[in-house]
This record gives sequence, C-alpha cells and structure tokens, in this order.
Amino acid sequence: MTYIPHTERDIAQMLEKIGVGSLDDLMQVPDAVKIRAELDIVPALPEYQLARRLSRMAAKNTAVDAISFLGAGAYRHYVPPAIGALAMRGEFLTAYTPYQAEVSQGYLQAIYEWQTYICLLTGMDIANASVYDGATALAEGAIMAINANGRKKILVSRAVDPNYRAVLKTYCDGLDITIDEVPLAADGSTDQAKLRDALAGKEYAAIAIQSPNFFGVVDGLEPGSAEAARASGTVPIAVVSEAISLAALATPASWGAQIVVGEAQSFGVAQAYGGPYVGFIASTTEHMRRIPGRLVGKSVDNRDQIAYVLTLQAREQHIRRERATSNICTNQAHCALIATIYLALLGKTGLRDVAGLNLERSRELATAVSSIPGCDLRFEAPVFNEFVVNVHQPAETVLAKLRERNILGGVALGRFYPEFADSILMTATELTTTSDITALAAALKEVVNVPARV
Amino acid sequence: MSLHASEALIFEIGEEGRANAYVETAKPLGTFLPKALLRDDLPLPDNTELDVVRHFTRLSQRTFGIDLGFYPLGSCTMKYNPRVNDQMANLPGFRDLHPYAPDELAQGALQVMYELERSLASLFGMAAFSLNPSAGAHAELAALLIAKKYFKDNGQVVRDKVIVPDTAHGTNPASAAMCGFKVISIPSDARGRVDVELLKKAVGPDTAVCMMTNPNTLGLFEDHVHEITAAVHAAGGLMYYDGANGNAIMGNVRPGDMGFDLMHLNTHKTFTIPHGGGGAGHGPVGVAAHLVDYLPTPVVRAVPKPDADPKLAPSDQLTFSLDFDRPKSIGPMRSFWSNFAHAVRALAYIYANGAEGLKKVSQLAVLNANYIRVGIRDVIETPYDEICRHEFVASAQELKKATGVRALDIAKALLDKGYMAPTIYFPLIVPECLMIEPTETESKETLDTFIAALREIIATAKSDPQAIMDAPVNTVVGRVDETRAARQPDLRWHPPSTN
Repeated sequence: MTYIPHTERDIAQMLEKIGVGSLDDLMQVPDAVKIRAELDIVPALPEYQLARRLSRMAAKNTAVDAISFLGAGAYRHYVPPAIGALAMRGEFLTAYTPYQAEVSQGYLQAIYEWQTYICLLTGMDIANASVYDGATALAEGAIMAINANGRKKILVSRAVDPNYRAVLKTYCDGLDITIDEVPLAADGSTDQAKLRDALAGKEYAAIAIQSPNFFGVVDGLEPGSAEAARASGTVPIAVVSEAISLAALATPASWGAQIVVGEAQSFGVAQAYGGPYVGFIASTTEHMRRIPGRLVGKSVDNRDQIAYVLTLQAREQHIRRERATSNICTNQAHCALIATIYLALLGKTGLRDVAGLNLERSRELATAVSSIPGCDLRFEAPVFNEFVVNVHQPAETVLAKLRERNILGGVALGRFYPEFADSILMTATELTTTSDITALAAALKEVVNVPARV
Repeated sequence: MSLHASEALIFEIGEEGRANAYVETAKPLGTFLPKALLRDDLPLPDNTELDVVRHFTRLSQRTFGIDLGFYPLGSCTMKYNPRVNDQMANLPGFRDLHPYAPDELAQGALQVMYELERSLASLFGMAAFSLNPSAGAHAELAALLIAKKYFKDNGQVVRDKVIVPDTAHGTNPASAAMCGFKVISIPSDARGRVDVELLKKAVGPDTAVCMMTNPNTLGLFEDHVHEITAAVHAAGGLMYYDGANGNAIMGNVRPGDMGFDLMHLNTHKTFTIPHGGGGAGHGPVGVAAHLVDYLPTPVVRAVPKPDADPKLAPSDQLTFSLDFDRPKSIGPMRSFWSNFAHAVRALAYIYANGAEGLKKVSQLAVLNANYIRVGIRDVIETPYDEICRHEFVASAQELKKATGVRALDIAKALLDKGYMAPTIYFPLIVPECLMIEPTETESKETLDTFIAALREIIATAKSDPQAIMDAPVNTVVGRVDETRAARQPDLRWHPPSTN
C-alpha cells in the first residue's frame, strides 16, 4: 500500500468500533450499479520504478534540447532558483483556499501583494486573486463587460491570440453572445478606422485588443478609438499575453482600458507544455463587484492587528450559486505566488533589464533573419519580443527543415491565419543567445534557398 | 522569533537599486522604442534576494498546510501530496517543454496525457476524457457546453433546464447559469438523498441535464441513483456526475456503470495534486460514447508504431499527436492543452497505487470518515447517522441552542489546537453544519487525537462557552473583521505618492 498508514490491526480495531465486519461492508452499493469491468490500470510500481518510467517519458521530449524561437503566448524566461525554493515550501504547496484567515495570513498577504503588483503593472485600480490563464481571463473579462452594460455582442481584434479568441468563442457559445472581429491594418496592428466604424453602432459590450498583439506588435487604442469606445458605451479590454512587456510599455490604463486581462506565465512560471499558468483580471473600481473569483482584502482582527481575509464573497458561487458573477472556485494561487516571488526578486531594476534585453535580442534576431534572401519582416509596426517573418513558401516546410537541424524556428501562422501560411512568428527573450541567432540564420540560409534577387 | 504579529508588505521594504544580478544591465528602453510607447515609471520595489527569501519564508510560516497537520476539510480531499510527484513534474523534459513543441519532439508528454486519460476512463467507466479543463468548475462548464451543443445538433433547443439537488456544490448551479440554463433545485428527502419522486416530477421534455454528486455532500451514497438516471434518460436528458467526491469510489463503483453520460474529476483532490493555496487545479471532463466527439480540443490521438517492439509496454508501442480537427467539439476551454504538470503528478500517483491500491484508497478513506463519525456522535449531532462514505456532516445546532457556541466557534477552536477546521455551513441544508473529510492518508492515532480534541472543545463549550467563542487565541491573528473588509474594500497597497 502507498501513502496509507493503516496496519491490519488498525483496520480491525476501527471496523469493530464502527460496528461492521469488513471494508466491503462499508462499500455496499445496489446491485444495479456494481462495477462491471476489470480495471485496465498499470500494476503498482515501487517509487524508483515509477520515477524511472516517467523519466524515460520526459527524456522523449527532445524539443527541450533544441534551439528554440517559440513564443506566441508561452515564453522562456530566466527563473531564479529562489522561486522554487520558496514556492515549494510545504506550507504554501499543501494549503487549501484560505477560508480560515487566522491560519492563512501568509498566503492571504502574498495574494494581496500579487493583486498590488498587477495593479501597479497595468495601471488599474483593482485586481483579483487570479484565474486559470490568459484565455479564460479574456472570457471572464468579456462577461464582466456584458454584465456591466447588458449588451450581447463582443468586438475583438483579429490580432488577439487565436487561442484566446477560440476560448472566448467557447464561453460565448454558452451564453449566446456573438463575437465580431476587427481586421488587421497593413502594419500588423489593429485597424483603428475599422474599429471606430464598428463602435459607431453602440452595440458592443466590449472591445478586446491585445498589446503586444499576437504578432508582437505594440498595439492598443489610439486616442480617437478610445474616445469612440467611450462614446459608444463599450468597455475597452486590454489583453496581455507577454507580461514582461508591462515593465516597459505604456500601461493599458494610459490608452483607455477599463479592464486588463492577461497571462502572467512569463513571471517565473514553467512552460510545462502549456500549464498550469496564471491568468489575471484587473479593472477600474467601477467594475469591482463584477470581477470574478477570489479577492483578498486588508482588514483588522479582534486584537487590532492588520489582518487579511477573502472578501466581497457575495459575488461568488459558494454564496450566490446560479446568480454568481462566475462559477470559478479553484484559481491559480500557487502560480500567482510564484509570479509574486518573481516580481519581488526581479524588482523594478531587474524587470526593466529583462524587458530591455527582450527588446534588444528580438531586434538582433530580426536583423539577422531579415538580411537573409527570401526572408522579410511581414509587418512594419514596432514590436516587443516577437515578430512575423515571411519566408515566401509554406512555413511548415521551412520549420520542418529547421527541425532537422535541431532548431525550433517559431510558430507557423497558417494554422491560425490561412492568409499567412508563408509566415513564421519568431520570438527572442533574454535567454536567446547570439550563437542561437547565428545558428538560425545559417540554417535559414540553407533552408529557404531562393536565388539571390536581381 | 519568526512569527511577528505582522509582516511588512514587500512594497514597504527595499530600496531602488538593491537589484539582484539575474540578467545583464539592459540599454535604456528608449533605444528600442519611441518614448510615446513606453511607460514613464515602474513603481515597484527593488529587494535583495535575502530580504525576499525571508519575507516569503515568514509568510509560509503564517500559513497552514497539510504538511503541518490534519486538514479535515470536507469536499476538498486534503490528503498527503507525495513529493515524488512534484519531482517528476519538475523534470526538465516536462518543465521546460513549450506547448508549441512539435508532436514528434513531445512524445513523452503526449504519452503521459494518453496514459492518464486511458486510466481515468477505465477507473470511472467513461468512454473518454479530455484533460483540457483547468479545474472542477471549469470541467462542469465544459460538460454543460457539451450537453448544450449535443442537444442543439439534435434539434432539441427546448432543453434549457438543469436539475440540481439542494446538496450540490455551488459551482453546479453557477456553471449551469454560465451556459444559459435555468436551474431547478430538488430538495433532499429525510434520508439525505435526492427525493426521487420530486425529481421524477421535475424531469420532462425541457430537461437538459441532471447534475449529481455521489456520494453526495452529506457523505451519503445516492442508493436510488439508477432510478434517477433511468428517469432522466427516459425523458431524453443527460446525467452529469460531479466528481469532487471521487475519493469515495475509486475502483469500487464507477459513474459509467451508474448510468452517467458526463462527469468531471478534481484530480487535485483525488489524485494527490497539491492544492497550492487554492489552485492550480486540474479537471478532466469525461463522457460516454455518444458524446466523445464533443469533448474540448485538443485530444491526444494514438496510432500503433509500425515497427514497434511487441515486448514494450503497450503505450510504448504507440505514436501520439494532438488532434485539433474535431468539427463537433465545443472548442478549447483554455489557452493551452492542459494543466500538464498536474497530469504528470496524477499519473505518478496512479503508477504508485495500481488498480488494487486505488480501490484500497477509497475503502480506507471511508473507514476513516466512519471512525470519526462514531467517535463523536455521542457529543454532537450527526443528522444522518448511518454508514457514510469518505465524509460526513455533524451539526452544532443543539449545542448552539444550549450554549450559544456555533459551528464557526468550533472551527476556530480547532485552529487553536493545531488542526485545520472542517468545511462549515455547507451543505446549506444542514444547520450549523460541520463537514468532516479525513482522507485515507491519516493514521488511527491522528484520528484519535482529533476526536479527543473535538470532544474537549464540545465539553468546554458546555462548561465555559465564552472560551470557545473567543477562539482562536494561539494563531498569529484573531478573528478578522470581515464586515469591514467588505464595506471598506482595501484590495491593494498604494505607493505613498499617489495615496
């Protein structure tokens, strides 16, 4: 038996106290629902064999050994070892949701600090204790806007991460909400004129726009578009999938966002093949009672000491059931803790350096790639740490050939944007080295293999 | 002395320039982007690593987890979280794998997902699971979206009602509302089970889904479940199994055999994934054969390797890929494929136990719950006093009438004695409810000392009720003013300049 303390003697004594003859007597169910099959489960393994088997599987994931320019919503950043040492402390790891505030002050304070960091980074007034990830944050943010103005349509920039838009659609299908898209401008940003046209009808609950957008482009609302949103009573939602950008770029608040949703995986959370990550939702004060999920507030105890506690719970499912702002129960507390520790360790200086290095390495990469015949930058607008390269042939073919050279050259855009089937989204972070870039450039030269232009 | 009365906020310590050299110094940001695109300032503190380590170590010491003591939180299954699971999830081949890694370079990760999915399908009697949803409530939402789309595809748009027993978790009605369903609550009968006659009357051509937890949140097995599934199916509705209480049934009885069409699991409960202070969770959603096409995307597809060595383990003879091309699917529920690191942990737990071990886990979880029940029932009311499953409810109503001491006070007094409190005031139908779930990883000695502590608290409540109403006194803070927190919300720290 594994992780179980009971001796046969314990079991016998306990059964006697309960007054039943056997464990089977405790588990009686009607004949009609008795188990009808042999379980097809691998036989129990001793711990060393379990570790060996899973280690063999981990070793098959050879993508981790390649030179990688993958990003597109999940980013490779430096993670200081102090994060793991702190976050893996058993008190944090094995706690439940801090319902009992008196014995959860540490975690509650950490979440209060997380909420503060998110506010300071986004320029918003309040932030919640986290949601599942960036995509669900967008869906929940859209529902906040729907609840604010009662409209049944959402406007979304086509430059918002396609996965986020897909999840938004999944959620909106449930609520019979329609989604319309704003097209791209030629420079890779959101077409502001078309956006303003769409807002003129005053029919949208929200306009969601991502910056940096899926193509890496610094995007947002132009002042005229922000004004159009205000005039139409549409809630501007900013989407952030590369949270490091918040340390450098003008805040979403500064260009008019009332709700900021996003993904904080970049703050020290492992890539882990897609999860768990950590979504955030921040907003202006006016949306406070519509924000989903947990909120930690500062209060006092009966000894006049500062004390933290879960608050505004009247919004939540365990109190309001079908009238709750969301069905969220579990959030991503441990990932939010990791992100909070990351932000504390890096600080203002470290975050600015990471952001600056992302800007620098991505420009070095863009320069190297765009100097190769047959490779051009597709868009001209300024980017943060990723950009789109047009390889003038099926991107999947080019990436497959790079893969043979142990390089993951980026994400082929064709799966999301059929019109960009010849384009690759490439990412550089502070961990991208000059030798990585040199290797990619050399390989691309061989792979793209087009005659020199005359 | 480590436990100060309060710990300063991270924003109140530190000095600008006290930076840690994790990366090189970057050029000014204006080198790369026009000033108009950049933020003016970044009002965050710089702290030394030592200060940060001390801060969060102190915060950890002000936090109670399973590693510190018994955690009998009903419906939450706070069992021991094996450390080998975390080590496996943290293997570089898993930890550093990008979600867009090509399938052929991520075969090990896909194998983990495939094996976990197949194991769960067998263990719970479903045709297939999707590991896509992020937590239990998220999987409930996925399941109801599946039901909605299934009925729409079959031209049955009139099915807009979801039936939920009054003992259900709050997420059930909240999830139904997020799919636009109307919620019908069915009262429990005197035995603490769904009132089958009332339910049969509520079922009709407008019934979409009936959501059940079995054993229910009173810890009782719904022994008429087959009648309920038959009635709902006869009306053309679907049955949903809330797997929050999966720890009571593993390997002993299966939702599939009970007639459920849809279900979720909280693998962070049943399969020892650490709760981490409230997440991240992991909520696989399972379906019967007629609903497989509707599962969220992506799902893992397996095909035999043409040249596989037949001596290898069965899953080692397969090639895996992520399948996004599923026209009937409700679509994705989240940014990426799964809370993958948790899938590794859950599979490690299944490996450690095997089918017989998992079956035993549930039996001993039930044993432990019944042992506490019979150990306290002579001093506190146990409203449904029969063989329970992995949890049971007690009620402090009589005690409150006699002494003024409420369930909340008992909970706080338990904190003083070094225990986490049970879930209180849930389910809603039991007044002054204490919902106790010990889990199987606790020893008889732990249960004996907990029983003694609870009996002592109840004895003190009768002799000196004020002592219990003043609890806790041994914790770093006393009872927190929740009214003030809600009336004057203070949800963040403000920099001094903008105060």
